[in-house]
Amino acid sequence: MIAHVPARFDIVARQDFSDVTYLLEIAHPMMARVAQPGQFVMVMLHEHGERIPLTIADFDRDKGTITLVIQAVGKTTREMQQACRTGTALHAVVGPMGVPSPLGHARKVLCVGGGLGVAPVFPQARGFKEQGAFVIGVLGFRTKALVFWEDKFRSCCDELIVCTDDGSAGMAGKVTDGMARAIASHSDIDECVAIGPPVMMRACAEVTRPHRIRTVVSLNPLMVDGTGMCGGCRVKVGGQVKFACVDGPDFDAHQVDFDDLAARLRRFAEQERTAVEHWNEQCRLRQLA
Amino acid sequence: MTEKPRKKTIRTIPQQRTPVREQDPKVRVTNFSEVTSAYREEDALNEAERCLVCPDQPCIAGCPVNINIPGFIQKIVSKDFRGAYDVITATNLLPAVCGRVCPQESQCEGVCTVGDTLEPVAIGRLERWVGDRAIDQGWVNIPFIEPRPFRIGIVGSGPAGMACAADMAKAGCEVTVFEALHQPGGVLRYGIPDFRLPNVVIDAEIRNLEKLGVAFECNTLVGRLFTIEQMIGEMGFDAVFIGTGAGYPSMPGIPGESLNGVLSANELLTRCNLMRAKEFPEFDTPLPLGRRVAVIGAGNTAMDAMRVSLRLGAGTVHCIYRRSRAECPARAEEVHHAEQEGVEFHWLTNPVEILDDGRGGVRAMRCVRMELGDPDESGRRRPHPVAGSEHEIETDLVVFAIGTNANPIMGQTSKLRLNRRGYIEADADLATSLAGVFAGGDIVTGAATVIEAMGAGRRAARSMKQYLGIRDLDAPYQAEGPGAERLFGIDLREQNFARIRLA
Repeated sequence: MIAHVPARFDIVARQDFSDVTYLLEIAHPMMARVAQPGQFVMVMLHEHGERIPLTIADFDRDKGTITLVIQAVGKTTREMQQACRTGTALHAVVGPMGVPSPLGHARKVLCVGGGLGVAPVFPQARGFKEQGAFVIGVLGFRTKALVFWEDKFRSCCDELIVCTDDGSAGMAGKVTDGMARAIASHSDIDECVAIGPPVMMRACAEVTRPHRIRTVVSLNPLMVDGTGMCGGCRVKVGGQVKFACVDGPDFDAHQVDFDDLAARLRRFAEQERTAVEHWNEQCRLRQLA
Repeated sequence: MTEKPRKKTIRTIPQQRTPVREQDPKVRVTNFSEVTSAYREEDALNEAERCLVCPDQPCIAGCPVNINIPGFIQKIVSKDFRGAYDVITATNLLPAVCGRVCPQESQCEGVCTVGDTLEPVAIGRLERWVGDRAIDQGWVNIPFIEPRPFRIGIVGSGPAGMACAADMAKAGCEVTVFEALHQPGGVLRYGIPDFRLPNVVIDAEIRNLEKLGVAFECNTLVGRLFTIEQMIGEMGFDAVFIGTGAGYPSMPGIPGESLNGVLSANELLTRCNLMRAKEFPEFDTPLPLGRRVAVIGAGNTAMDAMRVSLRLGAGTVHCIYRRSRAECPARAEEVHHAEQEGVEFHWLTNPVEILDDGRGGVRAMRCVRMELGDPDESGRRRPHPVAGSEHEIETDLVVFAIGTNANPIMGQTSKLRLNRRGYIEADADLATSLAGVFAGGDIVTGAATVIEAMGAGRRAARSMKQYLGIRDLDAPYQAEGPGAERLFGIDLREQNFARIRLA
């Protein structure tokens, strides 16, 4: 077996889904061999960079690559959007981290992805399909131009519902509307996986709660090391403190305290602004030079 | 011609412990440079004269790795500084680190014979002086290493892993150290701040290990990328040492602890030290800044968190500890330095609630006063809250440094037997429930010190050698009396044998 992590974390492919969403495929044969749905990596762009957690959106065991889908929202993800081209490399990539999502006994599954959450729910949908489950995909986007990976989902879903806020593709509405439609026509759904922004995951949890469908969400709080050492990613689940990096990132949606999660995601809002301003200034100076 | 050295007595040695220059507290709280300067050569020579070379040598027994302390001090006296380095490195790989971070007052210096009458010999400062000189002069002790066909995997590059790696490399094995973070060093790197242990010292010690042939592989999360079972199986490691540390900071379980101004000391220190958040925004990692910081706990980690907070610009820093100063587990020097730097200590005080500022942050902390009752199982007197003593301490950043729990990754990913508290179960030889797998340091004992972790790493290396059938140089072979049968002077029990591996 390959016993070394690569000396360089090469980006072998990049694809842009919109002006803020992009895909990076990274060569890491060892990780590609063992990655499981639900796991994530910690990434550092350069020596001065921060460590950011990103869910593994796909892995190709034969090609030896893992795929990340990233939205340029903060300083680091914007800088990555600018710097990461095919042929360049990341400073550090470590993983796969976190407890893999348990796939298995579910017979009929609802896989819900909203916005950027569409990407990380894909390995779960494919995993359930490989386990022989009936998979219903529900994907939500703002508008048609932002839709991505529809073909990938078609290949592993028995049914696929695409929702757009403005109705420009698929049905008009939020993922929760798509879920309601799926639940209405399938009374025997026994599990739901929902990944997306906290607001969306909370709404999904409320859709499945009255139907008592076991629902799993993947939480993405701030992390530093990703190995359980700093406790920055602590979340409240069923009244208990859990670390998303080693106890999760998957948790029972009906137990998660989403208010707590939302508040903790705003921890560094001010510093994030400073970082973006500082970076914009640097970009401006570089352009002048 | 050798002159017989005059016998030293408590009256003839220098009476005063040689002082060391320190940065002025007012200046040093504004920088991250080292607080304590090194001894100069004349300081070291003077302090070395204070060792009585007493016959019972309690300091050696007081040292977790049993450094020949009088031995190295006498080398300093005779100005054979390289010799002093050789004596220390015969047992301790990292003198520049241990001289700085060991709690000497409860180890070697605590039992020093001179200390019965005067202040004890400043063993730590002397050790550090020798270690720094070695870095400065580029000394490194690479013994003649006879290669052996064994591959050793070490999980975690902290002090336990480094010590075990060094011993196994010296025994001729091919050693690979796996580290999950992007830089090696473990707690030395992410935990201990620069003003106590500069990065150049860690870098130098790691370079020394590399010179011994040890390979470091960062960005490797053992357990998830591959398992311990795979290491001793398909990956072909003959033995594995797990020194992953405890990690997983404890939270106190009081209302308000998930507010945004509340974090663990590990997080604060990791952001500041490893990720260089103190240089934000030149470095991308942000840091929560507090004007009035309250640190809960009074161990070394707590002291580091307080002193880092001062350097980051906090106006006031409170130390909240539920026992009294006498029970405070930090190194005496750290408490002293923290006091000098203006930390306000609240002994016998315990937090009961963290109060909201209405915007998700912290406004204050409600505390109670404590009194000490009967000793508990640890021998320390158990604190009890005093009724009606509730009071508020104004703070906008609360840092918890109240210890750690076991990191769950090893337990989640292997069949290693764990104890009730989730730590890896290991016997007196530090062997775990899996053959060929050894464990030591915080992941076995719970949070302890750097030198204790190093001691565990060395103990595990000894057991590993025994397990692999490598003759341990520390345990010289002695023929047992006339009963042992010999042929041409060779013990008959000493036969050729070959280790085989079943495919």
